Formats: sequence, C-alpha cells, structure tokens
Amino acid sequence: MSFDPRTAETAIERPAPLFPRQFQQDRTLGLVIGVLCFLACLCAVAALASDRAASGWRRELGASATVQVRPKAGETPSEAADRAAEALAGAKGVAEARALDREAAERLLEPWLGKGNIPDDLPLPRLVVVDLDRQHPADAAALNQALSAAGVDASVDDHGRWIADVRRTGDIARAAALGALLLFAMTAGAVIAFATRATLQTQRDVVEVLHLAGAQDRFVVKLVRRRFAILAGQAGLFGAATAAALAALMKLFGGENGLTPVLPLAWIDLLAVLPCPLLAAAVAAIAVRRAAMSILKAA
Amino acid sequence: MTRHGADFAMAEPASADTPVVSFQGVGMRYGRAPEVLRDIDLTLTQGSFHFLTGPSGAGKSSLLKLIYLAHQPSRGLIRLFGQEAATLPRAALPALRRRMGVVFQEYRLLDHLTVFDNAALPLRVAGGRFDEYRQDVIELLAWVGLGHKISAMPATLSGGEKQRLAVARAVVGKPDLLLVDEPTGNVDQEMGRRILRLLKELNRMGSTVLVASHDVALVEESGSPILTLKGGRLGGPQDGPLP
Ligand SMILES: Nc1ncnc2c1ncn2[C@@H]1O[C@H](COP(=O)(O)OP(=O)(O)OP(=O)(O)O)[C@@H](O)[C@H]1O
Ligand SMILES: [Mg+2]
Repeated sequence: MSFDPRTAETAIERPAPLFPRQFQQDRTLGLVIGVLCFLACLCAVAALASDRAASGWRRELGASATVQVRPKAGETPSEAADRAAEALAGAKGVAEARALDREAAERLLEPWLGKGNIPDDLPLPRLVVVDLDRQHPADAAALNQALSAAGVDASVDDHGRWIADVRRTGDIARAAALGALLLFAMTAGAVIAFATRATLQTQRDVVEVLHLAGAQDRFVVKLVRRRFAILAGQAGLFGAATAAALAALMKLFGGENGLTPVLPLAWIDLLAVLPCPLLAAAVAAIAVRRAAMSILKAA
Repeated sequence: MTRHGADFAMAEPASADTPVVSFQGVGMRYGRAPEVLRDIDLTLTQGSFHFLTGPSGAGKSSLLKLIYLAHQPSRGLIRLFGQEAATLPRAALPALRRRMGVVFQEYRLLDHLTVFDNAALPLRVAGGRFDEYRQDVIELLAWVGLGHKISAMPATLSGGEKQRLAVARAVVGKPDLLLVDEPTGNVDQEMGRRILRLLKELNRMGSTVLVASHDVALVEESGSPILTLKGGRLGGPQDGPLP
C-alpha cells in the first residue's frame, strides 16, 4: 500500500461542522429572522424620525407665543394690537413681536369661512405673534406682566398645552417602538429556540455519539449556538441592509409634501440599523443556550 | 504505531490494585422486559485483556453499554476507575467517558463526516487542536489501512473499512479502557489479526481491554482470558469458550 501522508494531509484542511447542514431549515429560519430584523430596523428608524419630528414641533411651539388683543373703548383694534406688540417687543425673553393686520387675521379664517366670505364689519380678534428668545424664552406670566404694565387687555397663549400634547405623543410613540422591538426580539428568540429543539431532536444520534465520545453539554450547545448565531447575524445583516435601503429611498424620494414633513428622516438615523446583526446573533445565542440546555438535561 | 506509542500517556492511572471495572451483583433490563443480565460479578484489573463471548443475544453488547454508561443497571453496584457509577453527577460523565474508547457493534459512525473527521472526533470533543491532532489521526488511519480513504464518506466504505474506522476512532484518544464489540465481524482473517495486534499493543502500553467477540478461532488463538455470558449470567474466565 503506497501511502504518502503529505498528500493526504493536503486534502484535510479544516474540521467539518459536527452537525450536518440543514439547508431547508436554515433557509426558512434565515428568512424569518431576516424579516423580523427588517421590521425591527424600520421600527427603530421610524421611532428616531418621529422623535425628531416631535422635538422639532416642540421647539417651534416653544419658540413662539400668540397674544390675542381686546381693544379698549375708543381704540381701534389695530391700535390696540400695535400697542401690545410694542409692549411685548421690549419685554425680557422676547426676540420679536409683530401685530398681524386684519388681512392676516382673515387669511387665518379663510380655511373655515371660505375666501371672500368674511364680511368687512365682522369684528376679528387681532393677534400679536411673539418670537421668543431661543436661549431664555419668556413664559406666559412674563408676557402677561409686560402687557398689563402697558395697560393692554389681552390673553396670552404660550402653546403650553400643545407642547404637552406633543411631548405625550412622542413618549407614546417611543414606548410603542420599544415594545415592538422587544416583541420582535422575543419572536426571534422563540423561533430560534424552536429550531434548536428541532435540530437536537433530528440529530439525536449525533448528539448521542458526541456524548459517548466524552462531549460535555457545553460543547454540544456551542456547536448549535455557533451555527444559529452566525445564521441570525447574517439574517440580521440582510434585514438591516434592506431596511436602511428602504429608508434611504424614502428620504430621497419622500418629497417635500410626502413623507418627509411627517417623518423627518435624517441620514444619521440610518445608523440605528447597525447593531441589528449583533443583537440578532446575541438573541440567537441566548435562545439556543436556554433551549439546548433544557433538552440535554432532560435526555 | 511506534510513533503513537512513544507519546502514549495514561491519564492519572488508578492505583494498581483499584480495578478499572468492577461489577457486584449487577442486573440489567430494557424497559419493563425481564432482565437480560443477572447477578453479574466482574472485575477488570488495570492492564488486563479479556474476551467476552457468548451466543447471539446473550447480552454482550448490553454489558458493554453498562460500562460505557449508556444504560443504568436495574440493580447491583458498578464501579469505574474506582468511582461508583450510580452516584456520578451528569457533569462527571464526559471526563469518565474520555478515558474509554468504544467500538460499537453497529459502528455508529457519523455519516456526514469524512473518515478523518470521524476518527478525530474524540480528540475534537476533548478540546484538541486541529493542527496538533491532524498528523496523528492521518498516521493512525494509514495504520488501519484507511490512508487512501481519508476524505471519503462512511457511506462509501465497505463493512470492513467501517469497522477499521470505528477501531481507529476508539483508540485515537489512547484510552485507559478499551471496549470493543465484535471488532472482526466484517474483516478478513488477516485484517482481524491486525486489529487484534493493535488492541494487544495498546494493552501492552497500559490500556485495559475488553473485547466482545463471536470469533472463536480468533479468541482461542489469542490466549487471553475469556468471560462467557450465557442465559444472562457470566462464567469464566476460562481457558476456552464453553462448548
Ligand atoms: N435497545 C434494546 N431494547 C430492548 N431490548 C434490547 C435492546 N438491545 C438489546 N436488547 C435485548 O437484550 C438481549 C441482549 O442483547 P445484546 O445485544 O446485548 O446481545 P449480544 O450478546 O450483544 O448479541 P450479538 O452477539 O448478536 O451482538 C437480547 O435479547 C436483545 O433482544
Ligand atoms: Mg452484540
């Protein structure tokens, strides 16, 4: 028997995986995890964008106040409004105050009453729009004080109610996104645990031979864990890339009047998908460990 | 094989008078069926070489299963390397099994692994490094006559080749205790002798060996003590198989 170990050696380059590949199962599993990761990434990106929208609205609402002026006897509404604007412009924490003229007030009503349907003699409340100092904005009390000091009868709306609403909406959206992410992770974990159980069941003979050869449970778990963690990581990469691509398309083609105003995506938001492959692999590793250990211990 | 022998090292040998295997009044049954083994008393001292014979269905494979901890006895006491088997926690089994090499009667090769990977399995499982064991495994396979089949799959092997692969896997870890179930059932006389010489050599280097075999000619030729199972009970060691 002519045998040269060196030629044989070249044929053996690295040890093969101890569990046989199961292409069918792996493909299905990869698809499921990939879709879950895709949805999770979209969810994360949307959460960031809606957070940005909410804080944008909050900033805009917080940066201005609206004052409704009631003219005193013997004073035209315009005079009253001008007087109020003057008083407010000098107040601390105010950048600028502008009295809206009657045309501007009519424009505000047009959406409800229709263009040209506003009778000339309809008494319209006159408004003063106050832009607040961005660094140290005046609050409603300060504005009221400035107005009463100038003897103007007016009511101040510092948009506090709207700000609170926007903040609450933002909180709810954030909690919902977080809950959804948790749900995706749990679903992925359950699917992986299921696949782990299926693998160990169908490969029971292999597991038994490994055990008889002196394998510790840890060793067997590691084999499955490695395989599913890699699979989940790859699926996570795929899902994340797809979600990022979709988000990029939305940003590029969302249009001024389309999605962009509602969900102001920033390019940096796309970075949110980056941890996805790692998280997917981690979820898989944990799920495999838990499922496999319970099966092996019971065997 | 001399190269293999050179670095052969025993994992903490039990003191010379501690039997490697000791059975006291052991019984065994499958499920609720009647016992297939009864009142087995057995002692394998360190470095001994025994044959285990008996008619088909006598319980030879079953007795080996008890030793490699794949089955629980229905009664009696089993000690392995001085440790009482029944009290061992699950976590202690791998270390014990690594001190044994087993050739299963039905081989139990892993069909999706190459000849090389099958033979290397015990080393891999014990945490061995590929670069370190590769050469040893290749040489061992060459020695059992599988040097040219190193990357073949088990399904493409003949019965005898599978048997030799199973032997290679059992001895590759240089076990303290070698349990061999029908090592020559599928090989010609020449290969049978060769396998037996390998087992004897491992025995000379310190392994305790128990060989279950039908092969009367081989057993008689070897001159080693013989244990005979009949009706679930153990007779011998004797000079030859029972008539
Ligand atoms: N897994 C099993 N479940 C139930 N009964 C079994 C099982 N394995 C073996 N038996 C029974 O136990 C008895 C002993 O079987 P065993 O395989 O130990 O015999 P053996 O001496 O090795 O026979 P052979 O020489 O044919 O290999 C037989 O009656 C067999 O039917
Ligand atoms: Mg048998």
